[in-house]
Amino acid sequence: MAQAAETAGAKRRTRTAKEAPMTRDQLLQAYRDMLQIRRFEEKAGQLYGMGLIGGFCHLYIGQEAVVVGMQACLEPGDQVITSYRDHGHMLATGMEARGVMAELTGRAGGYSRGKGGSMHMFSREKGFYGGHGIVGAQVSLGAGLAFSNWYRESRNVSLTYFGEGASNQGQVYESFNLAALMKLPVIFIIENNKYGMGTSVERASASRDLSKNGAPWGIPGEQVDGMSVMAVKEAGERAVAHCRAGNGPYLLEMKTYRYRGHSMSDPAKYRTREEVQKMREQSDPIETARKMLLEQGATEADLKKIDDEVKAIVQEAADFAQSSPEPDEKELWTDILIEEAR
Amino acid sequence: MGVQILMPALSPTMTEGKLAKWLKQEGDAVKSGDVIAEIETDKATMEVEAVDEGTLTKILVAEGTEGVSVNSPIAELDGGGGAASKGAAPGADTAMPQHPAPPAAASPAVGEVAKQAEDYGTVAQRGTDRKEGAAKMGEAAAAPEKDWGPTKPMTVREALRDAMAVEMRADDKVFLMGEEVAQYQGAYKISQGLLDEFGPRRVIDTPITEHGFTGMAVGAAMTGLKPIVEYMTFNFSMQAIDQIINSAAKTLYMSGGQLGCPIVFRGANGAAARVAAQHSQCYASWYAHVPGLKVVAPWSSADAKGLLRAAIRDPNPVIVLENEILYGHTFDCPTAEDFIVPIGKAKTERAGRDVTIVAYSIAVTWALAAADELAKQGIEAEVINLRSIRPLDSETIAASVKRTNRLVTVEEGWPYANIGTEVAMQVIEAAFDWLDAPPVRVCGKDVPMPYAANLEKLALPTTAEIVDAVKRVTYK
Repeated sequence: MAQAAETAGAKRRTRTAKEAPMTRDQLLQAYRDMLQIRRFEEKAGQLYGMGLIGGFCHLYIGQEAVVVGMQACLEPGDQVITSYRDHGHMLATGMEARGVMAELTGRAGGYSRGKGGSMHMFSREKGFYGGHGIVGAQVSLGAGLAFSNWYRESRNVSLTYFGEGASNQGQVYESFNLAALMKLPVIFIIENNKYGMGTSVERASASRDLSKNGAPWGIPGEQVDGMSVMAVKEAGERAVAHCRAGNGPYLLEMKTYRYRGHSMSDPAKYRTREEVQKMREQSDPIETARKMLLEQGATEADLKKIDDEVKAIVQEAADFAQSSPEPDEKELWTDILIEEAR
Repeated sequence: MGVQILMPALSPTMTEGKLAKWLKQEGDAVKSGDVIAEIETDKATMEVEAVDEGTLTKILVAEGTEGVSVNSPIAELDGGGGAASKGAAPGADTAMPQHPAPPAAASPAVGEVAKQAEDYGTVAQRGTDRKEGAAKMGEAAAAPEKDWGPTKPMTVREALRDAMAVEMRADDKVFLMGEEVAQYQGAYKISQGLLDEFGPRRVIDTPITEHGFTGMAVGAAMTGLKPIVEYMTFNFSMQAIDQIINSAAKTLYMSGGQLGCPIVFRGANGAAARVAAQHSQCYASWYAHVPGLKVVAPWSSADAKGLLRAAIRDPNPVIVLENEILYGHTFDCPTAEDFIVPIGKAKTERAGRDVTIVAYSIAVTWALAAADELAKQGIEAEVINLRSIRPLDSETIAASVKRTNRLVTVEEGWPYANIGTEVAMQVIEAAFDWLDAPPVRVCGKDVPMPYAANLEKLALPTTAEIVDAVKRVTYK
């Protein structure tokens, strides 16, 4: 359930009616999308273990409800930008699992032809602007996407995701100021998964309620249960409506959790196994959605069918990511500059 | 059909590890995400989570075993069914290679894959195959400078303003953003009159927040807008250099050609007068180092107008390094409506047979003054105005050195790894046999800029130093 925070710009809100923010069909779709991200990430972890994926690989497992809930609020032309924990965001925007997985393995069939890797993928067609490896940099870029909407006088909004760790970067606050000053249609989404690498939010932020971090600039903010796709969707609709109406930026703090380490080589000794286990058992976004669907009359067979379909997509992606060739050696020298036709 | 669980690599450097502990035993049911074992890597103890579901039928490597190779089977799982469990690990049919198969080997449909790759990258024009290097330097004769016809006197300041105005009239996607560019009419009055003509949507005052507004402009450029970002001086671009390099310069490459960044970063570069160390630095060398950026440094009004127009039209990020002292200088500038200076072309400002002096920005003024002085002493210097720092017009430089056999570079930047270093090295690589003397660099002294008038003068290159350098390379 979304819990609104008091800020200069927004009064405390509570859900008055019991209206569901998602229809059963929408929930079924959300379940499927979240499951695809989960299975994709598990597979990516496995391929990493086999040495097929190199370098950094930041998995999104546990946080799936955030991107799936937010994506359900968007219209064509809206933009999405995020950090390096980006596989879930790409899949949520509709980018193909095979193109993402092949990028993870550094192959020619990847979205960036193997030249970007896990942290650097883009799809202008799907409105996905990366995939950025420098903590916090995507926040001012995301304000720039919103600037573009403002400049072109479109009604599109920019979803700008960043972690609670990035929320301490100076340019985040520069972007808050610029966006509020110019009334840019940007939704700043803090994915608070409690740990910036190995440092807990309590040890990194003097702010105890990150949803209020935009308050000095009058940016309304809410804390949202990021483990509930329903709650995310509900808050997301409110934020998107605010932006589309020309009221300027909005801030959502998603209380979420990553089950895996910061990256593949993180032993995660900064938290207990019990803490992780408790989140998995009590708050897992996919399990929660699954139970709701069963309560609403979906059958085990219905869900099993979805499970199988998702597994097949992910397996196909994994196969493609291994069979696609490495980029041609000529690719070393392409895409450095856009050359004029000669 | 069983699935083998393989020893995973849990860090980029791990090749083997110790199977410290089994948390599941034979006969246990395993779900995706269950922790099944603990492994000690070269860095830490890590947990291994199951990907596939089923029953653990056999443990192949006992706990406590050290030196277990990555990718060797450690257990077997009886697949719990489901469409994908069979192929989850490639070793399911006993054909598991110890190491990942070479990627090209297992590729029956390369053409299809290539097509797929093409599909993802259709937005931006693909860069052509290009290899840089000094190898072909000097091979092509330098094309003559185009004659643009009538000229009129104009300050560098007016030339920059006109360039922006002309391009903004031609393309609504072009806009100017920066501190004091609109209502104040520009801290150095470069944008004088632009707010009146184009309004606040396209001439935008920003707060003093370089990191933020640079990132915002880069984000806007990624959507196809064409921002001109003015830094009051380039010293302040240091606040934003991450966005310039990591976001603007690298995204085209990282996106496999999908996402270009048509943006201009411009402003005063280098020393002004008596503003001391933090406000008197040349950034040519910093930005020229970066693949994915173009860097230009106009000297005259014609350079300023022509290069800035080319920069605004360029689909890539371009750094335009202006000079505050030159803003008020008047030069003849072509009046032709389509006047433009292509990026990558140097200009020979003065012909001479005895020595090649390569300079850029205000150093061209000093070099020409030195050439006048040298002429009185019977030495004819050729002065090349680089105009473009990256790409560098190696052909023009090498062709000149092959005639003069001597090279002196002049710039106000520090000596260490500066542009003269690059010019000299490229000449050495391409025209070593033509050199009759080691090249000499005349540049700013290797110290932060002092405030005191006498010390500041000492810190900057002088005409006398250039004359001395030329005499050294000509053994006069």
